[in-house]
Amino acid sequence: MNKKPDKKDIAKAYGKYAKGFTPRPNYVGNCLKAFFTGGAICMIALWYQNTLQDTGLSEKDAGIFVTVTLVVIAQLLTGLGVFDVIAKFAGAGVIVPITGFANSMVAPALEYKREGPVLGVGANMFKVAGPVLVCGISSATIVGIIYWIIYRF
Amino acid sequence: MGYKKIGRQSVKFSQKPFITGRGNIVGEKEGQGPLGKCFDTVLEDDMYGEKSWEKAESKMLKGAMTKAVSRAGITFRDVDVMLSGDLLNQLMSSSFTARDMHIPFLGLYGACSTMTESLLIGCMLVDGGFAKHVLAGASSHFCTAERQFRMPVEHGNQRPPSAQWTATAAGAVVVSSEDAAGLCRQVKIRAESATVGKVIDAGIKDANQMGAAMAPAAVDTLLNHLEDTKRGIDYYDLVATGDLGYIGKDIMMDLLSDAGLDKNKVFSHYDDCGTMIFTKEQDVHGGGSGCGCSAAVFTGHLLRQMEKKKIKRLLLMSTGALLSTISPLQGESIPGIAHAVSLEVE
Amino acid sequence: MEYLWAFIIGGAICVIGQILMDTTTLTAPRILVIFVVSGVILQAFNLYEPIVELGGNGATVPLPGFGYSLAKGAMEGAKEGFLEAVTGPLKATAAGIGIALTFGYVAALVFNPKSPKR
Repeated sequence: MNKKPDKKDIAKAYGKYAKGFTPRPNYVGNCLKAFFTGGAICMIALWYQNTLQDTGLSEKDAGIFVTVTLVVIAQLLTGLGVFDVIAKFAGAGVIVPITGFANSMVAPALEYKREGPVLGVGANMFKVAGPVLVCGISSATIVGIIYWIIYRF
Repeated sequence: MGYKKIGRQSVKFSQKPFITGRGNIVGEKEGQGPLGKCFDTVLEDDMYGEKSWEKAESKMLKGAMTKAVSRAGITFRDVDVMLSGDLLNQLMSSSFTARDMHIPFLGLYGACSTMTESLLIGCMLVDGGFAKHVLAGASSHFCTAERQFRMPVEHGNQRPPSAQWTATAAGAVVVSSEDAAGLCRQVKIRAESATVGKVIDAGIKDANQMGAAMAPAAVDTLLNHLEDTKRGIDYYDLVATGDLGYIGKDIMMDLLSDAGLDKNKVFSHYDDCGTMIFTKEQDVHGGGSGCGCSAAVFTGHLLRQMEKKKIKRLLLMSTGALLSTISPLQGESIPGIAHAVSLEVE
Repeated sequence: MEYLWAFIIGGAICVIGQILMDTTTLTAPRILVIFVVSGVILQAFNLYEPIVELGGNGATVPLPGFGYSLAKGAMEGAKEGFLEAVTGPLKATAAGIGIALTFGYVAALVFNPKSPKR
């Protein structure tokens, strides 16, 4: 192999070359699956929210109940070992809704069960979900502070 | 004793150590693959009755080694050194297996190339007269490797088509200076030469592109081996790489024909263990990977073929991707390595 | 009609995620972070509110909706004072996070991981 040209260029060229051998994912099929499962989850959530509101809950409270229910269902399915099978089919359809967030909490925790309830399960629950919470909450807090400054002055 | 090195990277064994014993254990999925019948033991449960996957992997390695030692007709007492490795941090499975063995132990890390690495060093020890019987092995487990290097097992994510499936398998061989056991074998398998590989980095950064990351290292080792030994690829009945998978295999064949080897010869004399252990229908995407992949295919399938004299000259080249759990996060590319051991039937 | 919009908006957000997963080498945690933070930023400019009004749960159930509630809590709190601005995001999502944590912990303690049979 000729090593004289810039190393980065070789890496780029080889990466491109290797990509030529890689089968492409079925973009259209995957997107359709994600669209229909994701859409279906949202539709069911809406139906559930409407049912709750019919019983007299406020819109905000009903929304919270919907979130909580989805989270619990997703975590139960993860514990039972079904979620990864569904996700394999539906892809982003179940990962992008709040169900994916719930799954990303239980999945690493389950695996580190043998390492104990504190440093195993407790610490690893945030392996994937941690960055999401940290980035989401801190960015929202910054937004809040900026808005506070705007309202003040 | 003369100097045994030939060419730049290769050694020639003057005593030609014997491969006297072989043993392997594979997981359920591997057992359902096309080579399922070749393996000594196929597990029904990937936990192997243990409490953790790491312990299960350890037990698998122990099982494979016990089988290899008994096939060789010796006892653990006769083994001078045990060489072994796996994919886990600090070689957990291997060291914990060695804990129960009470034999001198050298832990090796060559990522997925560990099987050839241990075999190569084992042959060198025996050929140099430092040991009479060496136990060389390697193991990997889908769940232990996956949780260390990729995403949690229960995590719902889709594997890209290039992702490879870490084989749940363990394999071990006994390398001996003589066919001491007095077992009258009709077929004697001897190690004849070997090539130590260089670390080659082609700049692949995607941890799901292992085959592509390792193929240049395999090409480099193979070309150097052929040059050092002054042989053509058709000298061997089979050149088997460890775990390049479908994509890596295609890249390897393409690179080899670019390097001036006859395309038809490459096609008929080359195969990859990662493509042999699973069928495409098993939904493994890029094929098998892991130390156990080449270890199990070598001890279960290839050595058996040699015993039947269907393969007379074999070049085993396990390939390894030397990434750590943090190196991809630091933006490092994935270096690859490949070692080669040439075996022949006498 | 309400249901149709929920379906379309929810599905569309998931398709964006699918495209990110298939065409880039981004790992799952990064994609989740991108979605939540983009929800926060969009809402900071009041751009996510119209999507929620149109799509209802189609916009709140996917992860940008989580970012949306975080940002909305912060913005509403900011009207009242500094402390409310800082506690706002967590207050708005406390129930979801609390249950996700508690139930997730219990689930992890109760269930055992299974090796995939696929």
